Amino acid sequence: MFKKITSVFILVLSIVACSSSDDATSGSGSSADGFNRQSMLINWADTIIIPVYQDLNSQLAGLVTAKNTFNAEPNQVNLDAFRASWLNAYKVWQYAEMFDIGQAETINYYSQMNIYPASVIEIENNIASGTYDLSHPNNQDAVGFPALDYMLYGVGASSDMDILAIYTTNANADKYRNHVSDLVEQMKTLTQSVLTNWTSVYRDQFVGSTANTATSSTNKLTNDFIFYYEKGLRANKIGIPAGVFSTNPLPTKTEAFYRGDVSKELALTALDAVQDFFNGKAYKSNATGASFKQYLQYLNTVKNGEDLDVIINNQINVARTNIQGLNANFTEQITSNNAQMTDAYNELQKVVVLIKLDMVQSMNIRVDYVDADGD
Amino acid sequence: MNTKIQTYLAKQTSAVPLVVFRMLFGIMMLFSIVRFWANGWIEKLYLEPTFHFSFYGFEWVKPLGNYTYLLFAICGLAALSVALGFKYRLAIITFFLTFTYIEFMDKTTYLNHYYFISILSFLMIFLPAHVSFSVDSYLKKVSYSKVPNWTIDSIKLLLGLVYFYAGLAKINSDWLFKAMPLKIWLPSKYDLPFIGENLMQQEWFHYAMSWSGMFYDLAIPFLLLYKRTRLFAFIIVIFFHVFTRILFPIGMFPFIMIISTLIFFDANFHQKIINFVAGIWKVLRQEMSLAIQAPIKVVDRYQVQNKRVLMPVLFMFFMIQMLLPFRYFAYPGELFWTEEGYRFSWRVMLMEKMGYTTFTIKNKETGAMFVVDNSDFLTDFQEKQMSFQPDFILEYAHFLGDHFAAQGHEYIQVFAESYVALNGRLSQPYIDFTVDLYKEHESFQHKTWVLPFNDVIKGL
Repeated sequence: MFKKITSVFILVLSIVACSSSDDATSGSGSSADGFNRQSMLINWADTIIIPVYQDLNSQLAGLVTAKNTFNAEPNQVNLDAFRASWLNAYKVWQYAEMFDIGQAETINYYSQMNIYPASVIEIENNIASGTYDLSHPNNQDAVGFPALDYMLYGVGASSDMDILAIYTTNANADKYRNHVSDLVEQMKTLTQSVLTNWTSVYRDQFVGSTANTATSSTNKLTNDFIFYYEKGLRANKIGIPAGVFSTNPLPTKTEAFYRGDVSKELALTALDAVQDFFNGKAYKSNATGASFKQYLQYLNTVKNGEDLDVIINNQINVARTNIQGLNANFTEQITSNNAQMTDAYNELQKVVVLIKLDMVQSMNIRVDYVDADGD
Repeated sequence: MNTKIQTYLAKQTSAVPLVVFRMLFGIMMLFSIVRFWANGWIEKLYLEPTFHFSFYGFEWVKPLGNYTYLLFAICGLAALSVALGFKYRLAIITFFLTFTYIEFMDKTTYLNHYYFISILSFLMIFLPAHVSFSVDSYLKKVSYSKVPNWTIDSIKLLLGLVYFYAGLAKINSDWLFKAMPLKIWLPSKYDLPFIGENLMQQEWFHYAMSWSGMFYDLAIPFLLLYKRTRLFAFIIVIFFHVFTRILFPIGMFPFIMIISTLIFFDANFHQKIINFVAGIWKVLRQEMSLAIQAPIKVVDRYQVQNKRVLMPVLFMFFMIQMLLPFRYFAYPGELFWTEEGYRFSWRVMLMEKMGYTTFTIKNKETGAMFVVDNSDFLTDFQEKQMSFQPDFILEYAHFLGDHFAAQGHEYIQVFAESYVALNGRLSQPYIDFTVDLYKEHESFQHKTWVLPFNDVIKGL
């Protein structure tokens, strides 16, 4: 009896010991009956993430050229070209911001590209001193697209003449030209390094990590997706300027504040990016592949639940209609009729409940909460 | 009847199972404390958060800053002392108090198995688990070979209650007829080797696990009680707990349950464990060439002192244990939804529930309002737990009200916008958004501001 029990016990201990230590191993991605998780990762990487970075990288290459042309000859034509190039890149950026994973996460890529509102004081200090480390955390609100927004639309009093004067006749014109150049080059360098990392090593790592652990690709990117939607899109673009989180509205905290009339366009682009990612729609193509949508459809066949993917898409569409009804310039919208702005926020908010609660619960994603026991 | 009880209470049995239980319990508890410490959870769960959720009436139990480490150290030493049987009574009382204090510091970390440890150690205060093969016995030079039979039975009863009530709780329509929440949990284990991509995805398997889980919990106490089914039952116990350990992050719980069920085995089995340990001790003593100890006087029967106090206390203890899980009958509404009477009732791994709750601070006079960023005050883990439990939501609402009042805000009202999804149902509004929670107070009364659950879960 004693021996029997002891041997059973030892066997069990060894099983448990083994089972608890191999959390990091990745399961096989393919399966005949279930949902193929690896195909979702492959679709994300190959038809969305990498193409987005490639486009962003080439847009930034265009921005570098436009900047060089402008710096060589700061005139109205070149300024317009520089600005157009900036806006094009900024729109592509809306597709990239959510992928805070891999190299992007390591180098704090997002915080070096789109923290707004930009700090005029810090930017001007950097220009005046001429020595700065643009990658320093203190400079997060003095770099990237928001800093260029200021450099292209905010320096100088009001007219383009004033702005051009900053780069030409101003006593510190050299410094301004240098700085705008450094800002653009930094964005290009960062993006190039993220892209290269994806195409050289990270892509295979990413699609190979199919397990359901807090650090696996699906879980991390799902968390990133939700975080981006909740923070980057809902809060930063609409909620914060509309004063949802403060006692009063903060109309100067809109995206592309100095340019002004593109905040709605950028927000709508971001919403498209979110919806396309949810549906697994290839970047700049109508092809769709394995995605959250398909995963939810598969899980629904398991549990006979409501069609969550349809509900989510419908709610995103409602939110889009609301945003489309806003002024192209959110700052103006907030000062003229903020209620409309908060209405749009409320519709966006309903999507948060659907993806953060219903979707995560269906997928039983292990969110990176504290690693503690449950029972 | 009375004489039957008298005869039962007078019955004596070998002390060995109780002694082995004491040693194994102490060792496991020491290991649990060390593991908790080594994982950095003291820091993460008790020192890093700025705010802690309290049990109603125990708001004074809070982490003690850096002294929290001291608290864990005392608790660990007490566990060691229990294992050794050194100053047993003092050690087990200390263990009970420190362990329970730790569990009450923040209810975010509430786990049924921690509660089990608390009440088990409370029960052990009254049991003569140190009368032989202990430092106490060695020092007093007296050892008892028999203890009252009921002392061992009381542990069996407590274990049986845990299993049986866990089984009762599974008799509900979600668990049995929808295979929820296993239908959510098992498919997500697609990354398990061999069974992840096939078995875990099968609907019949989800039902099979739900039903067998219920039968297991209900039947296991009885299968362990009868000698003929005991070994079989023990193998099932091991299989069941290993399986759940693989599936879910439940830490020490499987080990504690597996080892605890050894109490059901007869004295011969435990005697062999004692002989084994005694053998090692003998060799060690010879190696270190220690002086031969003075012989220990062996007394046959251990008589429990203060029976007049002890019996009513234990009677009350078990009455409470048996009735407490049914207190939810006193509340209207669905138990899984309101959670009024959910804790301390062996409802283990019973539902998949998530919430999303945000708070709006409003100035009653001006109407100005803003939404709070929960991450300013709560850890992710706390926010997760807060989001679907009404008592957490209320306590946090008061904390926010007090916080913003201290910042100089006036005429404060606190409103919660909350959505909860339960067992695969679509999320529904959870808290009445029009109710100023700053005006509501915690009590054992039904919380009227929890919105009704628009579905029915039948069963216990």
